[in-house]
Parts: sequence; C-alpha cells; structure tokens
Amino acid sequence: MIKTPYGHKVYAMAAEYQSAAALYEAAKRVRDAGFRRWDVYSAFPIHGMDEAMGLGKSWLSGWVLFGGISGLLTAALVEFGPSSILYPVDVHGKPTNFFTVPAFFPIMFELTVLFAAFAAFFAWQGMNRLPRWNHPMFNWERFSRVTNDGFFLAIEARDPRFTETGVRQLLEETGGQHITIVHED
Amino acid sequence: MDGAPAAAPEKIKEAEQRIAHVPLVLNRRNFSWLTERISGVVEQPAPRWWWVAFTITASAATFGLFCIGYLISTGVGTWGNQIPVGWAWDITNFVFWIGIGHAGTLISAILFLLHQKWRTSINRSAEAMTLFAVICAAIFPGIHVGRFWMAWYLAPVPNNWAIWQNFRSALMWDVFAVSTYFTVSVLFWYTGLVPDLASLRDRATTKIRKFLFGIFALGWRGSNRHWRHYEMAYLLLAGLSTPLVLSVHSVVSFDFASTVVPTWHSTIFPPYFVAGAIFGGFAMVLTLLLPARAIFKLQDVITPQHIDKMAKIILLTGSFVGYAYTMEFFIAWYSGNAYERFAFWNRIFGPYWWYWWFGMLFCNVLSPQLFWFRWCRYNVLVVFFVAMCVNAGMWFERFIIIAGGLARDFLPSSWRVYHPTWVDIWTYIGTLGIFTSLFLLFIRFLPMIAMSEVKTAVPEADPHHDMPLQSVSPGGKERTR
Repeated sequence: MIKTPYGHKVYAMAAEYQSAAALYEAAKRVRDAGFRRWDVYSAFPIHGMDEAMGLGKSWLSGWVLFGGISGLLTAALVEFGPSSILYPVDVHGKPTNFFTVPAFFPIMFELTVLFAAFAAFFAWQGMNRLPRWNHPMFNWERFSRVTNDGFFLAIEARDPRFTETGVRQLLEETGGQHITIVHED
Repeated sequence: MDGAPAAAPEKIKEAEQRIAHVPLVLNRRNFSWLTERISGVVEQPAPRWWWVAFTITASAATFGLFCIGYLISTGVGTWGNQIPVGWAWDITNFVFWIGIGHAGTLISAILFLLHQKWRTSINRSAEAMTLFAVICAAIFPGIHVGRFWMAWYLAPVPNNWAIWQNFRSALMWDVFAVSTYFTVSVLFWYTGLVPDLASLRDRATTKIRKFLFGIFALGWRGSNRHWRHYEMAYLLLAGLSTPLVLSVHSVVSFDFASTVVPTWHSTIFPPYFVAGAIFGGFAMVLTLLLPARAIFKLQDVITPQHIDKMAKIILLTGSFVGYAYTMEFFIAWYSGNAYERFAFWNRIFGPYWWYWWFGMLFCNVLSPQLFWFRWCRYNVLVVFFVAMCVNAGMWFERFIIIAGGLARDFLPSSWRVYHPTWVDIWTYIGTLGIFTSLFLLFIRFLPMIAMSEVKTAVPEADPHHDMPLQSVSPGGKERTR
C-alpha cells in the first residue's frame, strides 16, 4: 500500500487532458505500456476508446439474452397453465388446445421484451458496480468537471507496474496536465 | 469517380452546397456551453410564466381528476356512452394518448439504431413526452370498465374464484403491451438520464440538490469502463424498444380489427395505426419543443435542421396515413360488401361528416403536404400550425373510427348518435392538464436535453478531430468539495 508523507492512502495518479483526441492518444500509450488497473473519464462515451484501452466487447448482452429467455418461459407458463389446464375459457366454442398457440404470441413477445429490458437495466449497473455512495476519484477537486467538459486519466496505485516516477513521466509525456495523486479516503 | 460523366462545374458546386454538412450544434458551441445552458434551465428559479402555465394546467388536471372521481362514484351513465356507442371518447382518448407516445420511442430507439445523430437534441424530451402520454392513456381503460374497483382483475393474479383471464383476447394482449411499453420506456429514459443527473450533481450548489441528484445519479463518474457496458445496455434497450413500439399500436389496433364492427374489422389496421401514431406523436413533439426552444434559447441545439427533419417525418407518415385512408375506401368499394360500402359512405356523409372533412382530410392528409416545400419546413409558424392540425386531426380520426362504426351498426333501429357530456369533455381536458403539468415539472427539474448525447454530436468529441485543441473550458467553475 502506497501512502503519502501525511499518511493518506494513495488510490491513483491522475491527469487531465485537453480534448477527447488527446485522451484517446494517451489511452493508447498507457495501454501499450502494459498497465491493467487504470481508467479514463469523460462526460460522454468517446468513439473507439474501448479499443484504445484494450477492452473487448461488453458481454452485457449475455444477461439480456438470459432475461429474454426467462421472460419467454414465464409468459408460456402464465398463459398455458391457466388457459390449457387450470381454467380453459370456452369463447365462441373455439378450441383451447395447444394449436391455438399463435394467440399466445403477443404476450410471449411482450414479456420477453420486458424481462430482457430489466436484465439490461440491472446488468449495466451490476457490471459497473453501481450504485455506490462515493469513489476516490471524487476526492480530486478538478474531477467535478468530468461530467461537464473534463477529460481525465487515472492509473491506480495497485497496478503492479505503478511507480510514482514512472507513471508521472508517462502522464507528462502524453500531454497530461494537473498531474496529481488521488487519495483513497 | 474516374468513370463518372463530367457534369458542369457550377452544377457540382451547387449540389455540394446543398448537401453541405450542417453542424448539429450551431455556432461552434463547446461542451461547457452545452452543460451551462441545459443545466441552467433546471438551476435557475422558475420564471413567472412557468408558474402561470403550471397553475392553469394543474387546475385542469385537478378538475379532470374530480371528473374521474365523479364517474367512479356515480357510474358510467355520467358519460354519453350508450348502446350502440359503447366505446366513445374514453377509448378515443386512450388511443390518442398511446399513439402520441410512439414518437418518443421512435426517436430514442429507431433513430438510434439508424445512427441518426440529430436525435440527441430531442430524444430526452420526446421520451418524457412518451411517459406522460402513456400515463394519460392508461387512465382510460382503467376507468371505462365501469367497476373501477375491479380493474385489478386485468392482471393474472390467482383469486378465490379460481377464474383466469382469457389470454387469447386482444384486450388482454393490450394490457400486457401497454404496461410493458410503459415500463421499458421508464427504464430506457432513466438509463439515459443517469450521466446527466451526474452533471447536475457535480454542479449542485446546495446540499439537498447534491444529495438528491447524487442518489439518482447512482454514483456515475463517466468512467470509460462504465461507458462500455452502458453503451451496450443502451444499444440493446434501443433494439428491444424498436419491435416493442411497433407492437404496441398493432396490439391496440387488434382491439378493433378482431371484432366484426364495420370500419373496425380491417386487416390494414396494424401498419395504419403505427404510422398514425408516429405521425401524431411527432406533431406533439414539435408542439412541445417549438415553444421550449424559443423560451429557453436552445436554438443552437434544436436547430432549424432538426425541425426540418421532423417535418419530413410528418410528411412521410402523413402520406402513409393518407394512403391507408384511400385504401380503406378502395377496399370498401372493391369488396362489393354492402355493409362495408355503407360504413364508408357514412364516414363522409353521415352524422360525423365534418369530423372526416376537417379532421381526417384537411388536418391529416392535406396539411402535412405543405412540408413538400422547404420554405414551409423552415418557417416555425407554419410548422407549428401543421403540428396543431395533426394533433387535432389524429384525435378526430380515432373518434371517427371508433364511434362512427358503432353509431351506424347492423341494426338501423338501434342507431344512435353519440353526444359527449360535460364529464366526457372535462375528463379529456383533464388529461391534457395532467400531460402538460407533468411536462412542465419535467423541464423544471430534469435536463430536457440529453447533454451527454448532444456532446457526442460536437466535432471535438471525435477522437480523431484535428482542429486546434479546445482550451480547458473557461466556463468551467472551480469548486471545492
């Protein structure tokens, strides 16, 4: 655990960049330097940043598929159970057997969409470990601009390649400004 | 380009000027200007006009709720509904409101999948409009059942009579379609709001604002590792909403199409209703946004280009609707069915003749044709006029379809023309009040434009943007935590 002379735990070393383009270039350099525990912050998603950071496709879609399938099965259960077994409703003498299944499709479709949407909604929060009350990055005053027009890059102290001088030099070389140590608490 | 025939240079130049890239955010506004201007609407005290407008709309909403209370306590006899016109203003209003919602989902989902970046300026308020319209719509099926306290029976809940719903009924499909639509719209809208709530949190000057926006922003910090999952979720929600929105009005149309009433029993209904819904919804988006952009000086974000594009969608969907009307008449004639022919003859010359001539023909079919002319699309007053025509016309269309067929059904001895009572009228005005009140509250308390999305439409957001570096914003305020 790295600590400052005043005894604060160090979360990361961070820098501010002037533009999305500068942040993008810096991210590629940090990726190529082999860091693992680091992140960039911006007010909007930057196109191509996932590749620049060396991140692959998000597999959130797996949760959505799971949600959709469970919705479909729920609808099938809710419809077939009552309509075929518990309480077959005789409407105009129409059949109530399995071959009336097309009449069940609308509700199957709706519940598939509903469950998949809930899965997407909870998966993006769960996979991002949100909601959370606080985060060390918020200890940096300048960071309040991240949701306005700030572009930030932070390399965490727990990264095995983290050395104070090395990281500071890398951030300086890539054009980072206001380079600072971000405290854990 | 080697093999292309040589065109006159001045022609090429003219063509290039026409298709020249017009920026989506005018006057080269930067990120911090966008944050300041859009958050500013929420952060400044409510202007006087807001209180005046809200007082009027909230009064209408309150009186509408009183009418609903009167209806429930006294009975559906307080409405003008009588056999054979068992569905009248109630279901007209339901279809009208649910249709309006469709534009919001089209903008937020379908235009997103089609990479239409211009949607970013209008999607937030259009989605909010969707939610409020669906809230207004959901009131009517609930109260028109007569025994309001039995409305819970719409849901498949095990009960002590061991009776279950008929899941093969179009009305049951409708319950699932509308409730799913509302829920998914809320999830999609809130997902889009989170980064903007974080902006408001980071700008908050009072503790209470910081706390409340902080809670609802979920601790969002703009991390790219978060954006990665977030963007995938957003894409998938858009992909799920796209078939959903097309299904909702199709299912609504099944309520009619699966019956035997003349003018209801029609296979053209699902696409016809969906086109009409998008048509009417875009008119409502324009009705709300044209005043809002002028009042809050958002002309650099909601530009003439945006209005032009919305006008073109109204022209397109309005023409679909006009085509569907024509087809209905053609099929009525071509089918050789006497009842079908009579029903459509009755539509033009029957008791509701002026609804057809004014509402369907003038408002829905003819007025949007003005948008063939560029001048009309770029004139705010003309656009607003057409939007108001379409708002009215779509209500008339639904009423003619619903009540027109019932009022002249198969048995001439039971024919009866429907007349609304004051309760009918004020319940409808009440929902207009609920809708506008909710929208006024929305623009007061939440960012009406999706800041994080509009920022991606600014050239500097492109990581390969080679313009001189933007200075670290002069407008950004330094704050201590």
